[in-house]
Amino acid sequence: MLSDYSSIGIFLLLTISFPVIALVMAWMVRPKPKQTEEKLTTYECGVDTKGKTWIRFRVNYFLYALVFLAFDVETIFLFPWAVKFNSLGLFAFIEMVIFIAILVIGLWYAWREGALEWH
Amino acid sequence: MTVSLNDLVFVAMALVIVVAATGVVMLKNIVHSALSLILAFVGVAGIYFQLSAGFIGLVQIMVYAGAISVLIIFAIMLVMDKSVEKTNLFSPNIIRLLAGMGLTFLLFVTLGVSIWFTKFPVVPAEGPVDAVGMLANLFMGDYVIAFETAAILLLVAVIGAIILAKGAEDKQ
Repeated sequence: MLSDYSSIGIFLLLTISFPVIALVMAWMVRPKPKQTEEKLTTYECGVDTKGKTWIRFRVNYFLYALVFLAFDVETIFLFPWAVKFNSLGLFAFIEMVIFIAILVIGLWYAWREGALEWH
Repeated sequence: MTVSLNDLVFVAMALVIVVAATGVVMLKNIVHSALSLILAFVGVAGIYFQLSAGFIGLVQIMVYAGAISVLIIFAIMLVMDKSVEKTNLFSPNIIRLLAGMGLTFLLFVTLGVSIWFTKFPVVPAEGPVDAVGMLANLFMGDYVIAFETAAILLLVAVIGAIILAKGAEDKQ
């Protein structure tokens, strides 16, 4: 029962253990100088930030996320169709064209309302 | 009672879910809570994979761990106002605290009783071999109308989201 997905499990275990082993190996062989404040500060490039970094962000981010969510769900519907594309035939193709056309109306609306613009 | 590999996987996944879900409640920083919630979603996806429901597991990872969590994090970014270490504290109001605990207890009892007293017949048969293919045949065959209605539902969701968010932006 598990056999089909056990490869995923083995892959997961390998991917978790790989960075752990790499970090432990690096920790074992590297020199360990005394930790000063300069060493412990977060690495940043560019200009220093002014004021707090935890601020409210623009609503545009949320708009992108909402549109992304809808099209993510659309991808879920596309997936079974793509798997069975060869055996389903023309009728299913036309159906899917209608499905995507309905959703493109949503994209067109988002575009027209300026939801994709950054101002 | 023998412990199979299947049981071990279930226990590991259940442990991930319980620890992550406890983290969502306990962590003081709401961003950490959101990240913990993503881990819980991935754990639930693991349970789906263990039950040979690969497609549902895929949906769980793509929609919940992918899109819903992005939505939650953006919602946090949108309302972030206080200092971040104190964004997810317990309520100082003792009555609310007790009411929440009571509600959780009732939910726990209801779920526990309904699971305990339901007879789950053991079906020895294997799950469907080509579940995604069967789903495709149903989508494109018997349930065409429902399938196209789902597209209209998504369209309504997109338009509604844009109207709501544009209204919020104009107020700013």
